[in-house]
Amino acid sequence: MIGRQIMTADEIRRATIRISHEIVEKHAGTEGLALVGIQRRGVPLAHRLAAAIREHEAVELPVGALDITFYRDDLSTVAQQPLVKGTDLPFDLNGRTIVLVDDVLYTGRTIRAAMDALVDFGRPQAIRLAVLVDRGHRELPIRADHVGKNVPTSREEVVRVHLAEVDDVDGVDIERAVPEPALAGRE
Amino acid sequence: MSERLEAPSDPEHSPEGEPSPEPVAWRHRHLLDVDALSKDELELVMRTADEMRDVLRRPIPRVPALRGRSMTILFYEASTRTRVSFEVAAKNLSADVVNISAATSSITKGESLVDTVRTVEALGADLLVLRHPVAGAPYLAANLFGGSVLNAGDGWHAHPTQALLDLYTMRSRLPGGTVADRKVVILGDVLHSRVARSNIWSLTAAGADLWLCGPPPLLRGFDAWARRGAAAGRRFTVTSSVTEALRDADVVMALRIQRERMTGGLLPSLREYAARYGLTSERLALARPGALVMHPGPMNEGVEIAPDVAAGAQSAITDQVTNGVAIRMAVLHLLAGSGA
Repeated sequence: MIGRQIMTADEIRRATIRISHEIVEKHAGTEGLALVGIQRRGVPLAHRLAAAIREHEAVELPVGALDITFYRDDLSTVAQQPLVKGTDLPFDLNGRTIVLVDDVLYTGRTIRAAMDALVDFGRPQAIRLAVLVDRGHRELPIRADHVGKNVPTSREEVVRVHLAEVDDVDGVDIERAVPEPALAGRE
Repeated sequence: MSERLEAPSDPEHSPEGEPSPEPVAWRHRHLLDVDALSKDELELVMRTADEMRDVLRRPIPRVPALRGRSMTILFYEASTRTRVSFEVAAKNLSADVVNISAATSSITKGESLVDTVRTVEALGADLLVLRHPVAGAPYLAANLFGGSVLNAGDGWHAHPTQALLDLYTMRSRLPGGTVADRKVVILGDVLHSRVARSNIWSLTAAGADLWLCGPPPLLRGFDAWARRGAAAGRRFTVTSSVTEALRDADVVMALRIQRERMTGGLLPSLREYAARYGLTSERLALARPGALVMHPGPMNEGVEIAPDVAAGAQSAITDQVTNGVAIRMAVLHLLAGSGA
């Protein structure tokens, strides 16, 4: 496996804290703000952002979890059905500003699906987007409001985000999905 | 997360080989019976149905998961709940639904099942829900049909979505949320029951202590099945003693006496059946306090089940109907993602 780390645990921590400040700054406060993580690694990230905001603003923002499986547009093109991990939105979306949180922004199709899912639960005042890594290659007119790190990638590469809550360690790696013969064995 | 849309091999089974508590992936194109499902696959259906129950609790219980898919319901036998349940499930997932009833279609002009299935496919169906009086008919359809076939009941043979919704109902109502080591009794006309046959597979696979009970003529052949099951480590008992079957039972499922399938004087009379095998409150008192009462419907009240038992506090019969929609949504969702 040809992989290299592009974010360390410390860098993830700093990026999370910076984004938490940006969210509050952009919203000019915390009134009516809520965080919604996209299953699966967006959920622990949303909780980390909420914890950081609690730290510097002394407010407890509501945090939800969104599963977008039923809203995907690629059912016929994936090999198998992904497991549904559950949607939990324990607050009223109507009139709130929702910050969607995900680990990697790539084609934008997940975010499209997440917005469709969100509006089935209510009519938010605004939806914003925070991601840990933006790797480019958008296929839809979607951009993030808050980005931990912009990473230029090729389509052959895979960006893997590891979070302690799910994977025991923090870190972001970039790998080639299919090792090229010319590179194989070089490590 | 965006990764998932591009790299289906990812994400939960990550390359570092973390032990995954997640159930296995779904690999079936058709749902013909539950005997093809492993314990893990049953678990996956149950967990997917949990999510579907959440969808059903929303103010607008509809998600776009099957948008653009077309499901044809082709029934050669009478049905209310199964047909409507499939239709509601498909519509909740935004699929298009076409209903064909044998009584009002070209089937009355002598069109064969083979031709009808080909016609349904040519008209653009992706999913075919088939009920047929002949055991095995859905297997024939599955060989012809380019999409997914769901067996909604074939003769005496199988009724897989009913067995799945029964398992789901037991799990959601039993303390501990599992049928493992629970005494589950299927009482009544086992011989003619596709519901019983499918339930035997799923309940023994899930670890239940399964008992079949009824008059000896309606249990014919099941002894041999029970012996094979026991040899494979499954708990499966056949008896004609109601007392023995119901004592300390956790679940009692009464089956309908299928008069339309009853031939050759298997029963002396319905009255005698009701007197000796009907599920009454006196008999139910033999079971554990709070034991679940189930019935796949439609009921002959006063024959296989007393009206006060069917409507009593221990009855899970309306749960079965509600859960049927969630289970069918789960199965449709899993099959639609199978690449068919």
